[in-house]
Amino acid sequence: MSAIVCISRHSPYGSSLARDALDAVLAAAAFEQDIALLLMDEGVWQAYRHQQASAIEQKELGKNLSALAVFGVEKVYVHERSLTRRGLDRDSLSLNNVQLLNDEATRALLAQARQVLSF
Amino acid sequence: MSTLHTVNKSPFSNNSLESCLQLCSEQDCILLIEDGAYGAVAHSPCAGSLQQASARGIGIYVLQSDAQARGLQDLLDNIEPTDYQGFVQLSCQHQCIQSWY
Amino acid sequence: MTLPSVDKDGYLLNLNDWSPEVAKSLAQAENIELTEDHWEIITLVKAFYQEFDLSPTSRALVRYVNQHLGPEKGRSIYLQTLFPPQPALMVSKLAGLPRPANCF
Repeated sequence: MSAIVCISRHSPYGSSLARDALDAVLAAAAFEQDIALLLMDEGVWQAYRHQQASAIEQKELGKNLSALAVFGVEKVYVHERSLTRRGLDRDSLSLNNVQLLNDEATRALLAQARQVLSF
Repeated sequence: MSTLHTVNKSPFSNNSLESCLQLCSEQDCILLIEDGAYGAVAHSPCAGSLQQASARGIGIYVLQSDAQARGLQDLLDNIEPTDYQGFVQLSCQHQCIQSWY
Repeated sequence: MTLPSVDKDGYLLNLNDWSPEVAKSLAQAENIELTEDHWEIITLVKAFYQEFDLSPTSRALVRYVNQHLGPEKGRSIYLQTLFPPQPALMVSKLAGLPRPANCF
């Protein structure tokens, strides 16, 4: 469980929200804060495999997310229902150390947070 | 710890309110603001789940001025109109605020 | 040689301008003489950027070096000796990467 939970609910390249969420998480990690990232709704596309952001001359969110562990962010969660609704599952994701959360587990994650960041 | 959920998108075009309702805990409150106020009308796509949430003890509010501005009158029974003072009070009563947008 | 264009902090504006020769010139300007040990880390940091599309912060650099080259080299003091005064900033600069965010 984590003191700060960052909820990222938007797709990777349609707006700057996904990038902003990642920046917030990395900044918190740089200050050694206990932070978790939760991808839900359209946010699950951020972890979708086969991204090639160079085609639109952008940094690749999927690659950035896989760097989180090395930047000290160990807890990356994906809302399971958001995945299944899009016909995706764990194997559709480029991240291998994510934890899928059902509704109840997601509620519990949010309920214990001292601070929630919404993106 | 309890959370105040604010929703500012219409449930007729966006799933923010639906997602919010899925993840709301008993001690939380939901406040519909801006276009989120459309979620409070009688034909709201989330009418059923709002009713269930209310029955679970989750407080559901709509920002009166946003509803008024949009001409929304026949609001669902279990949704309580509130004003900016009420918004501030709700913000103070909860540990976290989660914005669904 | 003429150095490619850099930003106000001395980081290459275009990663494609990087070459070992450019790295040597950049290092010279920082009074660092590049040895095998330096090249090992520079090569690794370029791989980091390939893998993650991000420049490493200090902590990320230490962890990554630790993972790939072992605990003897994956230590702040080792990297500090090679790339003073701030290893994450210096090694990104010499490897032609953008300045790492949140690095101070």
